[in-house]
Amino acid sequence: MWKLFQIELYKIFLRPRTYIAFIAIAALVIIVQLGLKVDGKDYAAFVMADLSNTLQIDGKIINGYFVCYVILQLLLVHVPLLIALIAADMISGEANMGTLRILLTKPISRTEFILAKFFAASVYTILLLIWMAILALFVSILIFGTDDMFILKNNYAVQIESADMLWRYAGAFVFAALAMTTVASLGFFLSQFADNSIGPIVATMSIIIVFTILSTMSIPIFGLIKPYLFTTHMVGWKEFFDVRLNAANETVRGTVQGPDKIIRSSLILLGHIVFFVGASVYLFRRKDILS
Amino acid sequence: MSDIIKVSGLTKQFQNLTAVNNLSFTVQQGNVYGFLGQNGAGKSTTIRMLLTLIAPTAGDIEIFGLKLKTHRNDILRQTGAVIEKPDVYKYLSAFENLKLFSRLSGVKLSSDQLMQQLEIVGLASRARDLVKTYSQGMKQRLGIAIALVHNPELIILDEPTNGLDPQGIADIRNLILHLSKEQKKTIVVSSHLLNEIEQIATKVLIIDKGKKIKEGLATELFDPSSSLIELTTTQNERCRDNLLNSNWKDFLVISEHESIFLKMNKQSVPALNRYLVEQNIEVLSLQPRNSLEDYFLSVTTGNQHVEAFSN
Repeated sequence: MWKLFQIELYKIFLRPRTYIAFIAIAALVIIVQLGLKVDGKDYAAFVMADLSNTLQIDGKIINGYFVCYVILQLLLVHVPLLIALIAADMISGEANMGTLRILLTKPISRTEFILAKFFAASVYTILLLIWMAILALFVSILIFGTDDMFILKNNYAVQIESADMLWRYAGAFVFAALAMTTVASLGFFLSQFADNSIGPIVATMSIIIVFTILSTMSIPIFGLIKPYLFTTHMVGWKEFFDVRLNAANETVRGTVQGPDKIIRSSLILLGHIVFFVGASVYLFRRKDILS
Repeated sequence: MSDIIKVSGLTKQFQNLTAVNNLSFTVQQGNVYGFLGQNGAGKSTTIRMLLTLIAPTAGDIEIFGLKLKTHRNDILRQTGAVIEKPDVYKYLSAFENLKLFSRLSGVKLSSDQLMQQLEIVGLASRARDLVKTYSQGMKQRLGIAIALVHNPELIILDEPTNGLDPQGIADIRNLILHLSKEQKKTIVVSSHLLNEIEQIATKVLIIDKGKKIKEGLATELFDPSSSLIELTTTQNERCRDNLLNSNWKDFLVISEHESIFLKMNKQSVPALNRYLVEQNIEVLSLQPRNSLEDYFLSVTTGNQHVEAFSN
């Protein structure tokens, strides 16, 4: 299993396609950082327009933490599309190349084969998020410095102390890794139904786009299905940036307002991963290799 | 000699299509077992079932005396295979592909050993080039190197000469003969090219529409006293009439094709040629047709194939 896993990683990272996502993320992060560096004050004024008459904010609003938050909000919607490029290609790509039939005549079990491929796709997903964290958080801190983070929620504003930030980002990125692994497991599941990569990649992207639209639309009838859509739970990382208040209405360091929400969303995403990978193993063990 | 492969009642049903129908055969140690049939006869489906790529609908497969269903990995550890086009990772070099597949086959070879394997199939000089720059013949040779990298006892080759030029076909033929005679490997080779099978197989199984038509030693199936001889002259009609009124008429085969076919001992060809010259008939060609082909056509679906092969 370990040997298979190493071979899968070796194959992933020798393919030029793998680096498209890394380059795309780097390009997007740099664009946002550049924009905020050049025009950050105007952006902050625009965002805080409604509060400017009632609230006086001192310090750097456009700091590294804030920039990272903006980048995460923008990118975590699109990163699933990049993950689908690799995850949905894991089995269908082998079928398309004709290598699947050679691989499966080797003395390795199909369960091991599927699990090794899935773990390799997960490692790719996690590395993509680490890359994103380095660029979006640490490079932003280097460029913009640090200060308390001030963000606007639907009907209230949250100020989080600078010293209370890093663990929140660690939590947010771990949660995002779970969410993106869910996407990878979906793409991986769909990957075994086709002999070319295009179908599963497009199908994965389509499902994510449709589910994301349903998750974000405020139409009552969709409210019934929202809790069951994994895309609803993928935005759970934002909960790490909502601080609990004490009786004096002051923020409490080291707390989040809805830990139960984070746990619930995590479990639902984990359930999806187990379901998609389990179904992949079950179906692949019975699949006739005709490619 | 012990049985290496024992197949009984093997059947594969794809919805309404029975690709393989109650097929039974045995392959003995050291044999080159030729698996012969036209395209769509069920050869590849059978081979894929031997390699666990396709699950049988019914029937049993035993290899090395072990049930394939329960001892898959033990069996595949001693088996090497090339299935149709041996596609490998085009973004890797031949060396990298061989290294990767050797590890998957359960062996860890040094760089020198890997290069030796590539030397055997004539790819050592291009070992570090990406496979995407390779010709079909080179890919086929790399596929064979991958199949042999773990020194398997049983080698299964499905249409190994597909897409190869005559030199490539001859190389594969020689390699199969070398593996069989020098290294005493057991080889199953499928093909729709009858003369290829005839040149290498010790035993032949002919299948058509998923069913066994005939199984036997190649020497038994090959009857030198009834070769099919194709005759082409400048005046085929006149020649045919002439032969019909001569002692050669009993050897004539009825055919709607322009060429004239005679079924006779190859040894009589010079005598026929002399007779035609004496009759002032200008001979363009006089060549024996493959006897196994003749046999194959007679036991499968008949005359339309005679026409197809003759064209």
